[in-house]
Amino acid sequence: MQPTDTLTSAARALTAHPTRTWLTLAAMAFATAAVVLLSALGEGARRYVLDEFMQLGTHLLIIVPGRHETTGGMPPLFGETPRDLTLGDAQALLRSRHVERVAPITVGAAEVSVGALSREVTILGSTADFIDVRRLTLAAGRFLPPGDPDRALPVAVLGQTLAEALFRGESPIGRRLRIGDRRFRVIGLLSAGGVSLGSNLADAAIIPVASAQALFDDPGLFRVLVQAGGRESLDTAADDIRAIIRARHEGEDDVTVITQDALLGTFDRILGALTLAVAGIAAISLAVAGVLIMNVMLVSVSQRTPEVGLLKALGARQRDVLGLFLTEALLLACAGTVAGIALAYAGVWLFNAQFPAFQLVVPVWAPLAAALVSIGTGLLFGLLPARRAARLDPVRALNEA
Amino acid sequence: MIELHGIERRFQVGDQVVHALRDLDLTLADGDYAAVMGPSGSGKSTLLNILGLLDRPDAGSYRLDGIETTRLPEERRARLRRERIGFVFQAFHLIPRLTAAENVELPLTLAGRPVRERRQQVAAALEAMGLTPRADHRPDQLSGGQRQRVAIARATVTRPGLLLADEPTGNLDRASGDDVIAALEALNAQGLTLVVVTHDQHLGERARRRIHMDDGAVLAD
Ligand SMILES: Nc1ncnc2c1ncn2[C@@H]1O[C@H](COP(=O)(O)OP(=O)(O)OP(=O)(O)O)[C@@H](O)[C@H]1O
Ligand SMILES: [Mg+2]
Repeated sequence: MQPTDTLTSAARALTAHPTRTWLTLAAMAFATAAVVLLSALGEGARRYVLDEFMQLGTHLLIIVPGRHETTGGMPPLFGETPRDLTLGDAQALLRSRHVERVAPITVGAAEVSVGALSREVTILGSTADFIDVRRLTLAAGRFLPPGDPDRALPVAVLGQTLAEALFRGESPIGRRLRIGDRRFRVIGLLSAGGVSLGSNLADAAIIPVASAQALFDDPGLFRVLVQAGGRESLDTAADDIRAIIRARHEGEDDVTVITQDALLGTFDRILGALTLAVAGIAAISLAVAGVLIMNVMLVSVSQRTPEVGLLKALGARQRDVLGLFLTEALLLACAGTVAGIALAYAGVWLFNAQFPAFQLVVPVWAPLAAALVSIGTGLLFGLLPARRAARLDPVRALNEA
Repeated sequence: MIELHGIERRFQVGDQVVHALRDLDLTLADGDYAAVMGPSGSGKSTLLNILGLLDRPDAGSYRLDGIETTRLPEERRARLRRERIGFVFQAFHLIPRLTAAENVELPLTLAGRPVRERRQQVAAALEAMGLTPRADHRPDQLSGGQRQRVAIARATVTRPGLLLADEPTGNLDRASGDDVIAALEALNAQGLTLVVVTHDQHLGERARRRIHMDDGAVLAD
């Protein structure tokens, strides 16, 4: 039997039972679409998170007080708590020629009030370089003034949500407010957006780091953000930073320097694995659809037993019969897959048109893997019924009605 | 040329063994026209299935055109069926979703013949059965007699040497039965070996040879 004849015969056998065929196709299509859509969701999430990181600024280093090393290394000999990371430490980092900007950060929560309106928000203490290091932009006014970071100026830059809550749409620039029991003057308003991992700057106030230290009565820094001179100098900058801090902390390596690359890499791996896991779970639905194909094919074989007997009487070989039924199963799987992939892309397109903030991204491997798996299941689950048909005894098959 | 020697066919039914054929000898020359007759359960269909290589005897020898068939692998037997044997069944066994022409084309398709050749041979086979105007009708749009003639066209489209018919008129009225028998006899007149199983005395008498069977053996020839 010629392959084209096998194909047309199989196709005609399928079209002879349209309802059954459509239902099986639908199951296969939905399963395939689920795999593709879920992996698009995972990939979208991955890109989203990576984008957020990129927004933090490239060639960024984050210095965290205390040692959080996972790479082994000696535990401190004396069980002393790590030293605070101080403003002096932060300023000292600028001595490295690989360090371009430094933004020390203090974080706390405090009540911000204007007249009778008040709101408990995050207060972030930093310096003038913070806006560049974090790549933020202003909607109005100006950012914290440059100058001696030890000076506790009573000025504040507000996020959009906070400004809206306190000033009800009026311009906050030049207005006065209280943070805790201290008075501040609003000098700037951040642009919208600024939602990024872990901190929502839209509902926060940024004040000079010295003011924040006074407000929270804490000389220690929460983090120091460092912008390195370039991507290639990240590692040398990290080494310099460790050396400078060690020198200032009596030889103790008591800070952790996180490079953005390392963070990115970790998140990338976690989210990649998550995507695969989700796609894998969706692939189970493909297996279910495969069982459905098997079921349909088994029904088809038992309904067409006399036909198989006839084919054999007409001289069909086992492999002709096997080919016919396997082709039917494969056609179902292939058509279902194609429909499913089309469905998934349509779904992604619709979703992305609806929610521009979070974009689904179909990873290249997803449709390929879905197609492979579904055609694989089609073959696998089609094999049993097809073999049953091929091995039927012709005389008995003919006489079965 | 068909030579059967000492053919045995037994069926195990529960713990009982049914002897469908016992020590059967039979020789058919090319161009023979034989009617196989006998009571129900005498083994006529079993004999025909063995002749058609659809079934294997438990013992004995079956030579078809000099080829010992009993020990051939299934693939080779399928090929012999494809090339040398045509079947006509009481229940027609047409595929309902295919047209008359497509049903007739089936053996050629299975044999992997090229499309052009298939078209010509199908047209010729349908023409010979007087079915040209019905080529595009599906079986449910045809009468019983027409269906059986489609089945005959299908059985002969590969020009086999041997045509086996198991009660071909069993589902037909007298007139269409006669049409079918006439068609078969015309083919026999062209040199085809024809074996017809029938209960019909009237049909049996038209055959050159009458093989009477009882209880799995040939009573009279
Ligand atoms: N597959 C089978 N399994 C068990 N017994 C069988 C089988 N096929 C045939 N037989 C038995 O073999 C014997 C011969 O059957 P066969 O079909 O050849 O009879 P027949 O002469 O064609 O009868 P009829 O005129 O009713 O068609 C019967 O007793 C039948 O029950
Ligand atoms: Mg019978």
